[in-house]
Amino acid sequence: MLNNIFRKKRKYATVSSYQPKTTEAQEIANTSLESTSRLPDGLWVKCPKCGEALFKKDLVENLRVCTYCQYHFRIPARERLEHLVDPGTFEEWDRDLKTVNPLDFPEYEEKLAEASEKSDVSEAVLTGKGEISGFPVVLAINDADFMMGSMGSVAGEKIARAVERAIQLRYPVVIFSTSGGARMQEGILSLYQMAKTSGALGKLAQERLLYISVLTDPTFGGVTASYASLGDIQIAEPGALIGFTGPRVIRQTMRKELPSGAQTAEFNQDHGQIDMVVQRAEIPQVLARLLRVHQEGAKYGSVL
Amino acid sequence: MAQYFDFEKPLLELEEKIAELKQFSQEKEIDLSPEIYKLMRRLVRLRKEIYSNLEPWHKVQIARHMERPNFHDYAPLLFEDFIELKGDRLYRDDSAIAGGIAIFQGTPVTVVSHVKGKDTKENIKRNFGMPHPEGYRKALRLMDQAEKFRRPILTFIDTPGAACDLGAEERGQGEAIARCLQSMSQYTVPIICTVIGEGGSGGALALGVGNTLLMLEHSFYSVIAPESCASILWKDPSKAKEAASALKFTAQDLLELGIADGIIPEPLGGAHRNVKKTAEGISSAIAQALEELQDHSPEALQTTRYEKLRNFGTIGT
Repeated sequence: MLNNIFRKKRKYATVSSYQPKTTEAQEIANTSLESTSRLPDGLWVKCPKCGEALFKKDLVENLRVCTYCQYHFRIPARERLEHLVDPGTFEEWDRDLKTVNPLDFPEYEEKLAEASEKSDVSEAVLTGKGEISGFPVVLAINDADFMMGSMGSVAGEKIARAVERAIQLRYPVVIFSTSGGARMQEGILSLYQMAKTSGALGKLAQERLLYISVLTDPTFGGVTASYASLGDIQIAEPGALIGFTGPRVIRQTMRKELPSGAQTAEFNQDHGQIDMVVQRAEIPQVLARLLRVHQEGAKYGSVL
Repeated sequence: MAQYFDFEKPLLELEEKIAELKQFSQEKEIDLSPEIYKLMRRLVRLRKEIYSNLEPWHKVQIARHMERPNFHDYAPLLFEDFIELKGDRLYRDDSAIAGGIAIFQGTPVTVVSHVKGKDTKENIKRNFGMPHPEGYRKALRLMDQAEKFRRPILTFIDTPGAACDLGAEERGQGEAIARCLQSMSQYTVPIICTVIGEGGSGGALALGVGNTLLMLEHSFYSVIAPESCASILWKDPSKAKEAASALKFTAQDLLELGIADGIIPEPLGGAHRNVKKTAEGISSAIAQALEELQDHSPEALQTTRYEKLRNFGTIGT
């Protein structure tokens, strides 16, 4: 009902030039690796998939999912957290870990300052513990607004610490990834965060604790090639682009256009890389069901 | 004659001058040997000077040189009996990665290496040393066997990066690399990794989680290719030289950053000038690394490797 009212107004609203003009999935793929979760100024947002004008406040309330075509916009980590955990249960960890410029890489400090201003997280990943439908979990959530969720020393350290604390607490781990990969500005130190996070998750696996990886748009490079791919259960949001190599580079390598829908969550599911594609609004409930089956003491012989 | 790098131009000029003098003295039957001798000494001095002041971008050129020895050049010099084992048992054999078992100085070992081709034809076959998921899954299969039969794992790194085509994506390139990282962090046998040429990003790291990381003197190991870094950062791939310096990826940089544990010297002018001598250097460095680990229990091998990983990275206070 309300939507209809807004729909009529569409004609009069100025829609900013924020998004690609075409509704082709491929076009979204071309641009989405560079953009962030930031919505344009003004009251209205144009859905990049169906072209409908959406009232910004409604869109945010609807978890940033288009009410017409279910296109999933990017969502900042704190906003995701809000609808994911039971109210008042979240405790954030390691917020004070400070990123430095170990290689004296040009313009890195400026980029970090800009990222801090653009986002409301202290680094590319937010970690802590909380409860989902009463099930305790350790959480890590990437934020695309902080240097495209890229993993440097601090992001790697936060994830490794969170996983190690999960082992102490005997909690399952859920990581929401969205990242361009390893952070170039910290060079080889970023590359080895892939090994660090994978190693920590290896320890978690040895302890027979559950790890659920939720892949969201976009997940690429060093993050796909480390923690995001190591889940006991792999979940992805609809339409999320997931891959190792970005679409632009693949196109250059193969010297031809990619088939439509390449590297989407659905493509990855078809190729056996993802257990299930789940709508954003349903993720908490799906996680709760999975956590119930895996809860401590629920091994063979016990009754839930 | 070996191909010359642009930074070797003064050497080439000098060598040509020496050749001219030699020819002249032969034709005219004049003894110019004192002059020739002087020039040859200057040549050696100059070569030493150039090679002790190489810029990161020069090292990139050396490490990527077509004549740079690859794993198959070193294997007969390093091992008594290298037996190549193929395939991932799932899809196919990927010749961008070679692996097998061998005897290294009397000890049975498992060996895994990236392999670049030595000419265009071989490079097409080996996809320029850029492995597909099946390559990493072969490596994983062989390393799992090393754990089962309790053999040290020796890896050799030499790749521009993992394959970047759609087939690689369809078969789970990210997952294949991630599994290697996870398993290598867990094995309870010694793992010695040696960068012999180019260490390109995640595709290199997949064979790079060890107790010891060694690097040949002119090798490099980077999170991203300098050309790609330049095009992201300055929208200009021709600024690769500047990116090469900014990324701090030479063997000397990695030693300073605590990522590499040792540097293996190369013959003057690079590994391709003397493969045998380079192999001797690699052999003694690996032997020393294995000796340092021989008193470690299986648990200690795993724990110290994990702790090493945990300490990588710089956190501010």
